[in-house]
Amino acid sequence: MDDFILQFFGINKSFFGVKVLKNVNIEIRRGHVVGLIGENGAGKSTLMNILGGVVPFDSGKLLLDGQEYAPRNPAEAAQAGIAFIHQELNLFNNLSIAENFFISGFPKWGKTPLIDRKRIRLAAQEFLAQVDLNISPDMTVEKLSPGERQLVEVAKALSQDARIIIFDEPTTSLTARETERLFGIIERLKSAGKTIIYISHILRDVLRLADEIVVLRDGEVVKTGPKRAFNIQTMISSMVGRYLGTLYPERTSRPTDEMALEVRHLSKAGIVHDITFSLYKGEILGVFGLMGSGRSELAHILFGLDTHDSGEILVEGNPRNHRTPRKSIQQNMAFVTENRREEGLLMTATVAENMGLVALPRYATPLGGVLRQSLLAESIRNTVSSLRVKVNDAFQNQAKGLSGGNQQKVVLGKWLMNNPSILIVDEPTRGVDVGAKYEIYSIINEIAAKGAAVLFISSEIEELIGVCDRILVMGVGEILGQFSRAEFNRERILQTAFREGGK
Amino acid sequence: MTVTPKFSPEAVSNTLKTFIQRLLLSEFFIFYLCVALFVALTPFIPVIASPYNLSNLFSNTWPLFAVAIGQTFVLIIAGIDLSQGAIISFTSVIGASLIATKVDPAVFGQSPIWGKLLFEDGAILAHTPLGVPIALLTMILVGLLIGFLNGAIIAYARIPAFMVTLVTQMFFASLAIYFVKSENIINLPKSFTSIGADSGLLSIPLVMTVVLAVVAHFVLSRTVFGRWLYSIGTNLRAAVVSGVPERKVIILTYMFSGFCAAFASIIYSSRMEMGRPTLGAPFLLDIVGGAVIGGSSLAGGKGKVIWTFFGVLFLALLGNALSLLNVPFFWIEIVKGSVILAAALIDVTRTRILQYHV
Repeated sequence: MDDFILQFFGINKSFFGVKVLKNVNIEIRRGHVVGLIGENGAGKSTLMNILGGVVPFDSGKLLLDGQEYAPRNPAEAAQAGIAFIHQELNLFNNLSIAENFFISGFPKWGKTPLIDRKRIRLAAQEFLAQVDLNISPDMTVEKLSPGERQLVEVAKALSQDARIIIFDEPTTSLTARETERLFGIIERLKSAGKTIIYISHILRDVLRLADEIVVLRDGEVVKTGPKRAFNIQTMISSMVGRYLGTLYPERTSRPTDEMALEVRHLSKAGIVHDITFSLYKGEILGVFGLMGSGRSELAHILFGLDTHDSGEILVEGNPRNHRTPRKSIQQNMAFVTENRREEGLLMTATVAENMGLVALPRYATPLGGVLRQSLLAESIRNTVSSLRVKVNDAFQNQAKGLSGGNQQKVVLGKWLMNNPSILIVDEPTRGVDVGAKYEIYSIINEIAAKGAAVLFISSEIEELIGVCDRILVMGVGEILGQFSRAEFNRERILQTAFREGGK
Repeated sequence: MTVTPKFSPEAVSNTLKTFIQRLLLSEFFIFYLCVALFVALTPFIPVIASPYNLSNLFSNTWPLFAVAIGQTFVLIIAGIDLSQGAIISFTSVIGASLIATKVDPAVFGQSPIWGKLLFEDGAILAHTPLGVPIALLTMILVGLLIGFLNGAIIAYARIPAFMVTLVTQMFFASLAIYFVKSENIINLPKSFTSIGADSGLLSIPLVMTVVLAVVAHFVLSRTVFGRWLYSIGTNLRAAVVSGVPERKVIILTYMFSGFCAAFASIIYSSRMEMGRPTLGAPFLLDIVGGAVIGGSSLAGGKGKVIWTFFGVLFLALLGNALSLLNVPFFWIEIVKGSVILAAALIDVTRTRILQYHV
């Protein structure tokens, strides 16, 4: 008889009217390792957040050990024996390992408020031994390597008596040896009767570890079954097998053969290695890479937000190696960062103040920098209307009140007001709904049609195929392959990124 | 649809609520408060409205306002300048030790600048035709220089402004005392002391400060530099990505703050007719408090010259009224402190109202 520890029946979840999980049915056997795969935005994180008590589900039924289970907060989930080991680890770096283990409830000396240090140290030691970590529980977490931190998280989960342990991309920051060690521990946890849910983009690892595999796509379970029913090919094709309708505007212009940006053997230790490529005027060049591939770091270096160790950057044929954002802007470069909130917008400033920020010197007297305010306001009004930013009053409303898509348009607008000839966009459609995505693609299309060169960085392969003329594939800080439009093929691009099946 | 009678309790309370909200959100809130305070106090202490008192009140306000303008700029970039008081003291000593017409060797014989700047028959530039202008220029330059030091350390070493300016505050306040061995330099020339001399309501300090305020307002509201200040204070990282030369702007801002302090030092020193090594010490609370009461936020990104004027005026009026009421000095300080706390509370309330109503 099947011994299910966890059963999802018809789980639905919407965020702001967008369905992110549709009738999800999954059954997980006790003591098994289940691999959960899917593209970014397929619903993996939401599903696990429901399990971990971070978000509630809208409808459906969730059974834990045959009992109905609906955690209202992470503490309840932990109580129920569910541990979530996040991509970004949730340890307090300034505290010791032992303190981290007991952070949600320190044992006390009797009824006094004093922490029983001896007891937490002994207990921590025991759990560290279970994951083969031979380090002092008094060590602060900041002194540990990423791999050791990962194992400390696992030990912490064990200390809280977890029965189901969820790993979300646990190996992205681990070395090969640390990864092996983690896998050994996972095998051991499994034989000790723990149930594991393993989420990863690294399909080979999933295939190696999992007993069963569940594939999510657009919030639905599209394929599920025992490991033997899968190979890398079938995993990829079930993850991405979607027909592309008119999600993307037609490319109406063609790239020229005039070089806008050339990068030669660019390296920075531990970040990017020997990057060489050219970007042409009028071209939209895609850069595909998963998290940790070095894609965003490359963009930061190109724009001058970070330095490089060796190699050359040429802007319109001239070497431009000593870069700062200001110099880049003077060379007509623009950079829509991945992170709108931290690097893109002045959230509490008005839309107009945001829009004007980059191009301000263009609207000022050369001496003294006195603003020509009506000219600037006129130009802001034009940009707001041409980009169709939905805002009541651009001069009164704060940027933080806008939707994600409109915020992104404000960021694009602030760069467009400076007439860039090289535009770098990093994940420009993250957190943006489908309709606004189309508009953003159209805006980028138009910029390219006017002769600007666009470097389009994304971890969504479909949008790159939809909008780019050429795609570079990045992984571990290197360019792993290049595809021209005629060669675009989802599976081959993914294979290149995962380094599966030859070059 | 039912028509609510005009004077129903509900309608009145709603109107009152909107009125209070409007009042709180108004730029002129503190100004209204000043007027209300003034009107309320006049029956009890009629002397507050006398020309003599008003002239005294404003001559206290102008130099304080001048320093607070510099502080406002610094607050806008989410910084703070605790060294302004020390700059006032230090530049006061420097200025006076260039132009004092007579120096008592019994008092200053032990001073480290005796025989270098100070001589028995007058300071080094005393009795020279350009002595006073050079002294004024030197005071301003020293202010700018200390500001540059603050700004450069903050911008390049990335040490929090609080720490850096606290240290320069201690350093220059002590240096001022060391230079003159805690003594005031007196016997300043007439051409210097006449700058701040009481001359009714329309005085030289008024004209100087108003010009400074108008220029500062123009810079904040009409120039690229002004916009850069607000952007740095709102989100430094986003400003850097957008090409704002943040280090240059930070340094210039602290230089301006130092300039304003030296500017105020000129007015204060000439009014008191001395170079005083502890001249700026009592003002720190009033400077930061005035700016914050006016509406500048310690979190950065917010602040206007006119707001700061209202804030400084309010504090000066309050202090003036309390001392006319013969309230002891320490009670005045306690009341001022409470008012600054209340101002911070109002700032938080404003932000909350704006969040729900925009």
